[in-house]
Amino acid sequence: MAKINIKIEGVSYQVEEGLTILEAAKACGYEIPSLCAFNHGECSNGSCRVCLVEVKGARGLVASCVYPVNEGMEITISSPKAIEARRASVELLLSNHNQHCQQCDKNGKCELLYVASATGARENRFVGTKTPVTYDELTPTIVRDTSKCILCGRCVARCQNAHGKDMGILGFENRGFNTIVAPAENRSFINSPCIMCGQCINVCPTGALMEKSEIDRVDAAMKAGKYVVVQTAPAVRAALGEEFGMKIGTPVTGKMVAALRRLGFKKVFDTNFAADLTIMEEGTELLGRIKNGGTLPMITSCSPGWVNYAEYNYGDLLDHLSSCKSPHQMFGAILKTYYANKIGVDPKDMFVVSIMPCSCKKYEKEREQMITNGLADVDAVLTTRELGRIIRRSGINFAKLPDEDFDTDIVHDYSGAGVIFGVTGGVMEAALRTVYFALTGKEYQEIAFTAVRGLDGVREASIDINGMAVNVAIANGMKNAKVLLDEIRAGTSKYHFIEIMGCPGGCINGGGQPYVRDVFLPNEDDDIMDTYIQKRANALYSEDERQVIRQSHNNPQIKALYDEFLGEPNSHKAHELLHTTYGAREGFND
Amino acid sequence: MAHISEAGVKKICEICDRYADETTPLMMILSDIQNEYGYIPLDVQKLVSEKTGISVAEIYGVVTFYSFFSLEPKGKYVIGCCLGTACYVKGAQQIIDKFSEIIGIKPGETSQDGLFTLDALRCIGACGIAPAVTISGKVYPKVTVDMVPEIVKEYRAMGGAN
Repeated sequence: MAKINIKIEGVSYQVEEGLTILEAAKACGYEIPSLCAFNHGECSNGSCRVCLVEVKGARGLVASCVYPVNEGMEITISSPKAIEARRASVELLLSNHNQHCQQCDKNGKCELLYVASATGARENRFVGTKTPVTYDELTPTIVRDTSKCILCGRCVARCQNAHGKDMGILGFENRGFNTIVAPAENRSFINSPCIMCGQCINVCPTGALMEKSEIDRVDAAMKAGKYVVVQTAPAVRAALGEEFGMKIGTPVTGKMVAALRRLGFKKVFDTNFAADLTIMEEGTELLGRIKNGGTLPMITSCSPGWVNYAEYNYGDLLDHLSSCKSPHQMFGAILKTYYANKIGVDPKDMFVVSIMPCSCKKYEKEREQMITNGLADVDAVLTTRELGRIIRRSGINFAKLPDEDFDTDIVHDYSGAGVIFGVTGGVMEAALRTVYFALTGKEYQEIAFTAVRGLDGVREASIDINGMAVNVAIANGMKNAKVLLDEIRAGTSKYHFIEIMGCPGGCINGGGQPYVRDVFLPNEDDDIMDTYIQKRANALYSEDERQVIRQSHNNPQIKALYDEFLGEPNSHKAHELLHTTYGAREGFND
Repeated sequence: MAHISEAGVKKICEICDRYADETTPLMMILSDIQNEYGYIPLDVQKLVSEKTGISVAEIYGVVTFYSFFSLEPKGKYVIGCCLGTACYVKGAQQIIDKFSEIIGIKPGETSQDGLFTLDALRCIGACGIAPAVTISGKVYPKVTVDMVPEIVKEYRAMGGAN
C-alpha cells in the first residue's frame, strides 16, 4: 500500500493511503474519542458526530471515522474548536438518552459513558423533548430499550453481516426526531423472525440492547433453599477471564470452578460431559441415517439460534436436523433423573443453572419441547457476562482464586472432544472421532481432524472411513448456512453431515460473551478485533490437547450412564430424555 | 401471503422484475407499488424482500422515511394542503384546520368512508398562488377558508369511494 504524508498537530507522519483519519491517527499514536465507528468499518455511518476534528481547508469540522486521509492533509485534534464540538456532540446524544446509568447493567462497559468522560461532557446543557420510547422485553433473550439507543447502526450492520442482507432483522425506522432502530413495524423480537443470537447485544455501545438477566431467578432459588447445581459450557472458560481484565484467550477453568463454588452452588458440573453424551447420540443417529438410508445430510442442532432460523426459513428441511437436544439441555434432563435419583434428591427441589456463552439458550430452555415429565430440563441460563457480574458483586477477587476441579461424582468426566464444542467445527470434529471409531473399530490416528478447523464462514472436508468418503461441511452465521441449505433444497448437496452454528466463529463469539472493545482493552494488541475469536478458540483447542481422553466414546462415566440407565445410544429412554422435535413457524406472527 | 390476492402477487412480482437489472432498485419498485395500489403494507414488503433479497427491516425503513410512501390505504381524493412558508403566512393553517373540521379527520388520516385523505405538505413550489391546495393532482390557488366547504361538497358530490 502506498504511503502518503500527513500532519497531525503540526507533526509530520507517513501513513497508508486509504485509511480514515481515525485509523491514521491511531497508527500515529492518537486516540480520537469516537463512538459509532466499529470494527474496521463494519459500522461507519458517521452518525454520532463524536469523532470530529479540524482539517485545514475543509469546510467545517469533519467526522474522522469516515473521512479518508489524503496527501498533505493537516489535521488538528486538540484545538478548542474541535474539543468543544466533540463535547457538544456527546451532550446532544445524552439529551435524548434516559441517563439511568446507575440502574444500567451496561455501566462499566458503556461506550457512551466512556466518551462522555473522555470529551468532558458533564452537564446537561440541552434539555427538551425526547423521542417516544419503546421497551421490548417480550423475548426471554434480548431486551431492547430505545431510550438508551444512540442510532449508531452497529446492530443493524452486525445482524446483516452475520445472517445476510436479506435476513437483517433491525433497521432504521421513521424519520428525523422519531427515528428508531427496530424490527419492521417496531415489533417485538418475539413477533419477528429474529433468531435471538444476541450478536446485536455484543456490538451495542450502550445498554439499548441487553440480554434479559436471570440473576434474580437464581438468587430466588438459592434463597428458597433449592438444591442449586450449575453447569458451564466450554466457551465460557475461554472468555470469562476477560471480565476481570485478563488477556483475551486466557483459559480460566480452575478459577471459574472455584468462583462458582464460592457463590453457593451445591455442585459445579461441566457441560462437556453432556457434549460427550450428545456425540454418542448424534453420532449414532448419523450412522443410523447413513446405514438405513435416512435423511441426509444430517445437520447439528446444538445452536438454538440456528434452530430458530431453520424453523422460520427452512421449514421444509427440518427432517435434516439431528433430533438431539443441545448438550446443556441433555445435561439438565440427566441431572433431574439419573443424577437426582443417585444422590437422593427430589428432582422438584433441584434447580439447574447453565452458564452459557449464548443469549439464545435463555430462549431454548423455555421451549415446550425442553420439558421432561413436567419439569424443565434447565431452570435458568446466565451468560458469561452475567456470571462476571455475580462474581463481582460477591466480593470475590477472581484473579487470586485457586484453581479447583469440577465436582467429580457420577457426571464429571469429559473428553477433549467435548471441550471443542465451543468453536465452529468443533462439534463436527468431536463427532468424527466417534463415528470413525464406530465404523472402523479403531481410533483415528491423528485425533485432531484439522481439516475442519478454521474460522472461514463455510468449510468442507472429505474424510475416508473404511473406504467410504464421508463428506462434511461447516458453516457459522446464517449468511453462510444459507449457501449449504439452498443446496439441500435444490437437491445438489453432496454432504453427509453438516455442522451449523448461529454465531460467526461459533459459541466462543456467542451473544453472551464478554464485550470486546479496544477502548476497554488497553493492553491488547491493536488488531484485537481481528484476533479475539481465534485467541478464544486456541484456548479451547489447547484444553482438548491436555485431556487424557480425547474421544467421547472413551469417557468412562458416559459408558456407565448407558450401562446403568439409558441402555444404548438412541434407545427409547434416550429419545425420551435427550431428543427433541421442531416445527416450522411464521416469522412475522401477530 | 395470505393477505394478498394471487393477481396482486403476480403484479408485485412483475413490478420487481422490471428493475431486476438495477443495482439499487428499491425506490423504483416501491414508487410503482405506491402508484399502483396507493399503499405498501407489510405483506407486500415481505414479498418485495423475497424478490430482491433486501431485508424487510430495510424496506420498512425506506417506506417510513419518505412521506410519499404510505402504510395505510389512502382515500380516493388526497387533499394536500401546502404549509410551506409562503402559504403558511397567507393563512394555510386555517385552511387545513377547516378541512379537518369538516371531514372530521386529522392531517395524515383517511376518512372512514375512504373518500378523503388529508395531508400536510411542505412547500410545493406554488408560492405565487399561496395558499395552495392540491386534490388528487388538481391545484386550487389562493384558497380561502370560505371556499373549503364548497370544495369538499364538490368532491362529495362526485363520491364513489373505492
